[in-house]
Amino acid sequence: MSEVAVIGFASSDRSVTTSGVETLVPVFEEALEQAGLARREIGFWCSGSSDYLAGRAFSFVNAVDAIGAVPPIAESHVEMDAAWALYEAYLKILSGEVETALVYGFGKSTAGELHRVLALQLDPYTVAPLWPDAISVAALQARLALESGMFSERDMASVAARESGADVDELLGHPYIADPLRAHDVARVRDGAAAVVLAAGDRAHRSRSRPAWITGIAHRVDPQGLGDRDLTTVPSASAAAKDAGLDREVDVVALHAPFTHQELLLRAALDLPPDIRMSPVSGDAMFSAGLSRIGAAAEEIMSGRANRAAAHATSGPALQQNLVCTLRGDAS
Amino acid sequence: MRRAAVLGTGQTHHRTRRTDVSMAGLCREAIDRALTDSGTTWDQIDAVVLGKAPDLFEGVMMPELFLADAIGAAGKPLLRVHTAGSVGGATAIVATSLIRAGVHGRVLAVAFEKQSESNAMWALSIQPPFTAPIGAGAGGYFAPHIRSYIRRFDAPDHVGAIVAVKDRRNGALNPYAHLRQPEISLESVRKSPMLWDPIRYDETCPSSDGACAIIIGDQEAAEESPRQVAWIKATAMRTEPTFYSGKDHVNPRAGAEAATALWAAAGITDPLDEIDVAEIYVPFSWFEPMWLENLGFVGPGQGWKLTESGETRIGGRLPVNPSGGVLCSNPIGASGLLRFAESAMQVMGRAGDHQVHDASTALGHAYGGGSQFFSMWVVGRQP
Repeated sequence: MSEVAVIGFASSDRSVTTSGVETLVPVFEEALEQAGLARREIGFWCSGSSDYLAGRAFSFVNAVDAIGAVPPIAESHVEMDAAWALYEAYLKILSGEVETALVYGFGKSTAGELHRVLALQLDPYTVAPLWPDAISVAALQARLALESGMFSERDMASVAARESGADVDELLGHPYIADPLRAHDVARVRDGAAAVVLAAGDRAHRSRSRPAWITGIAHRVDPQGLGDRDLTTVPSASAAAKDAGLDREVDVVALHAPFTHQELLLRAALDLPPDIRMSPVSGDAMFSAGLSRIGAAAEEIMSGRANRAAAHATSGPALQQNLVCTLRGDAS
Repeated sequence: MRRAAVLGTGQTHHRTRRTDVSMAGLCREAIDRALTDSGTTWDQIDAVVLGKAPDLFEGVMMPELFLADAIGAAGKPLLRVHTAGSVGGATAIVATSLIRAGVHGRVLAVAFEKQSESNAMWALSIQPPFTAPIGAGAGGYFAPHIRSYIRRFDAPDHVGAIVAVKDRRNGALNPYAHLRQPEISLESVRKSPMLWDPIRYDETCPSSDGACAIIIGDQEAAEESPRQVAWIKATAMRTEPTFYSGKDHVNPRAGAEAATALWAAAGITDPLDEIDVAEIYVPFSWFEPMWLENLGFVGPGQGWKLTESGETRIGGRLPVNPSGGVLCSNPIGASGLLRFAESAMQVMGRAGDHQVHDASTALGHAYGGGSQFFSMWVVGRQP
């Protein structure tokens, strides 16, 4: 089985057009430059995005223009966060079909009312017609966790304060936007695009002195029904972490948690040490955020700041679907 | 490379409106048949890949999330593929990669479209900013390419009708087909209304509700199977932009390069000789001769001659779309997977009344977007 490594990562949080073309071109350039590869050396391209975010059908089609796909390329697309496109590309390399891949994700979350748009992910026959928006669904989950005594509103505010440097007591004085969530409990909605370059074994070594080797990657989905599972646990994240070989020896973790309480739930589900270093995040750029977490974890290794890192991506309401990727500096 | 094989297939009865089932019920109908056909139980499935065309067709954002339970994915890995009209083929190919990577042993690939849940025309009519509206529907987009083919190769204008008659009569042999028209004739096709010159009503695919599922297994699973499996000999996907200087809509470079890569990987030097049956994505009748050339079965300008000679009928040199194809059933997201599944059914000897005698090597093909996304595979009775 060939080893696979991340050898390049770039992201952008500038305004994204609905086709993503203008945003993606410089992101591709930067990621490829880091990887020391030319566009034509990429064996497989795979992307993640969402038509509903763009408000139009086939929104990923024009993004192909950003690649310059003449002559034609081997390419695929998941209607998911691009972290799952990375999974597809990773397996394509493992199977021996290709040596290199560029994975990208993009989304213009600010084009509509994101939290209302996300209500359309719910069961269209029984739940979506009630229009519970994404913040209300997350609030339901936070309320259950608070009432079970897993953590407090102060713990949630502390997660927000770590990123913003704000005073926890001051944050707790702010009004609820959906009880028990306050504004600081909800990640800032932003546009984004990201690209990660993958390469197999020797190819990775030739391009980069210190590639970030993927030691494990796995994902799972839980049933969606909000009453079907205990919303204070994240079985899909726990199972993915187990399969990806995540343990407490990791130096840094990049979590994709759109709500403060979800970081706390994930810390428990992934059994992370309390003093683990967390990779900072500046918002929730839908459909590239999860891929960016893998890129950020890889960057920790490529830069030499860490030798073992882990990344996580989530999708769907109330942490329904989760992916965990573990990386390390020296080939194992 | 590790081997992978189709262990079994399943599909729904396709109709304009399947009001008797929800989306979950529709998928489940196809999945249950595929599990039975392959002799596989739910707990043997390691991962699920779900494909469908735009979410706006049903009005649900990422429907695989609410469907997770119904499609047996809860607690398992679930991938959602969307590559426009080629998505059904891409779904099968992604599932094949999961096996070939050595990570999963048995994968369920399922694709569906339930267009009656929403309004597909409205879903395709949204005008994004900075994009010139076409507003002519899919037929209006493709008709100029067909006219260009006819002029380039001086093709007689009845060739499209020949394909329509063949495919609709084939569809009458397929109990799952949406349109089953044993009485259709060249005269009746040529009397049907002209929609987008030269495409007539009877040369156009229907709009269907439907789903298709296949179970793909690794070598061990295939060898354990008590029934004949369809060994996946090669897969290929290629993409090019919708428009670029030099784009040839009659013979797209992405399709031709995918085919070249496919034949090479499958060890096929003369596809017309070595392929026994082909399920080709033909949503408008004239795409049969066009794709026969694009796929390299025959040279430029020879496709219409092969069709006109009757060699693409069941019993001919290269039977094309014995199931009736997209012209008989078009649940868009599932249409590509149906082509791949039908090719597998042929080599497994389980195609019923539309079985091609002694089929041992078959092609499954799909395309999407503005003739820019191509996915295809070759399956065989032998590994």
